[in-house]
Amino acid sequence: MPASMKMYGKHRFPGRLFIVEGIDGSGKSTQLSLLHKWLESEGYVASFSEWNSSPLVRDVTKRGKKKKMLTPMTFSLIHATDFADRTEHDIIPPLKAGAVVLADRYIYTAFARDVVRGVHPDWVRSLYGFAVKPTVAFYFRTPLDVATKRILGGRDAMKYYEAGMDLDLSDDIEESFRIFQGRIIEEYEKMVEEFGLVVIDATLSIEEQQLEMRRIVTEALTGTKKTRVRRWLDLASLGKAPQE
Amino acid sequence: MARFSFFGEGPPGIELEELKGKMVVLEGTDGVGRSTHVSLLKQWLENNGHAVLDTGMTRSALAGKRLRQAKEGHTLGGITMSLFYTTDFADRLENEMIPALRAGFVVLTDRYIYSLMARSIVRGADPEWIANVCSFALKPDAVLYLRLNIDDLVTRVIQTKGFDYWESGMDLHLGADRYDSFVEYQRRLLAQFDSMVEAYGFEVVDASGSIEEVFDDLKQRIARVVEPERASGAGKGKQ
Repeated sequence: MPASMKMYGKHRFPGRLFIVEGIDGSGKSTQLSLLHKWLESEGYVASFSEWNSSPLVRDVTKRGKKKKMLTPMTFSLIHATDFADRTEHDIIPPLKAGAVVLADRYIYTAFARDVVRGVHPDWVRSLYGFAVKPTVAFYFRTPLDVATKRILGGRDAMKYYEAGMDLDLSDDIEESFRIFQGRIIEEYEKMVEEFGLVVIDATLSIEEQQLEMRRIVTEALTGTKKTRVRRWLDLASLGKAPQE
Repeated sequence: MARFSFFGEGPPGIELEELKGKMVVLEGTDGVGRSTHVSLLKQWLENNGHAVLDTGMTRSALAGKRLRQAKEGHTLGGITMSLFYTTDFADRLENEMIPALRAGFVVLTDRYIYSLMARSIVRGADPEWIANVCSFALKPDAVLYLRLNIDDLVTRVIQTKGFDYWESGMDLHLGADRYDSFVEYQRRLLAQFDSMVEAYGFEVVDASGSIEEVFDDLKQRIARVVEPERASGAGKGKQ
């Protein structure tokens, strides 16, 4: 922990942080991965951080989910622990070094899910007070039926917590998913203004959405240096061509 | 009216009116004898006919094992450790302490959110942030703060178990070796606990006496909470 812990909006780093948010099936991960490839082809060093991926905390989350041991409170706290680990290891150091950091889901995912589970909105916001404020936070706005179709068509099985089955909304997992995700959409919509989320219409074609993202990111990258690591070819040419 | 309340907003789904038991917290720095007294007090309370739940840090079913492993590896950052401890605490609060209070138990806990806050703040956490994070906790009936000054604490730790990595705050690089580090780390923790005495209504218990003396002191204080009607007349008898 730094000597004086910086709170949301107070960090000053040379790097840039772009994050995507939206319900399952909104297509945000596809868009982020396209953006990642483009940034690298443009010569930026971009690192990637995914929700719920810290190795040490993951086992606790996994076991807690599998054994259905999690209450809304511990669900919230274990995800915040995971996020803290990623903030301290994967997000802050590259930002300090001037790199571009991309995150699939961010604190707004927790604000939406935890509040739908009954956790107090103010408490969960203060819980994540240590988070770095993103340079741009994209929200992929998706009508519920579009997302549901994508999820039902694509993945093998819906998971207990992802469908909000712990909330006893319905015995039918698909019905529960629909109600749960519907409520999450409501929370996201409230946050658009609260946190200045940049809305992308996720019903547009993949290409159109990506163009829009790249336009906004290009603007936000002004002043960021391209820090591409030289490749073998570049290094080989260094020896031959005179410098400057 | 409910006997209990939360510091701030509590976890969802808890009816405070249902909580009938009593909650007593033992707090203090490392090496003041908290765990010794928890086990003595548990026995004494049970002998007097009270059902007792004793609990303490890193003992949760959910996160306890992993948290202890994380401490051995020394790989987690400060904010992460604070939240990991809070997760462990929340699991015990919801799945052990609250059900026990519902059933009318005396909950005797070795450390509470105060230790969690003190160690976080000493490691650089924003005090307001960690207090907010911990605000879902129940306000206990009594917080008995076992206090030793730093010199007595050092003497006691040398005589017992020696200087542990975490209890010496070695992750903070405060001193040249474990002794220097232990003294500086515990001094800072002590300052944090002292600053909480008034804000959180701690009862300061002088821990410099013999085990028997401290135990007698604690018994009287707990009797006031657990058996208020009898405690008024209770001195040193066989309470």
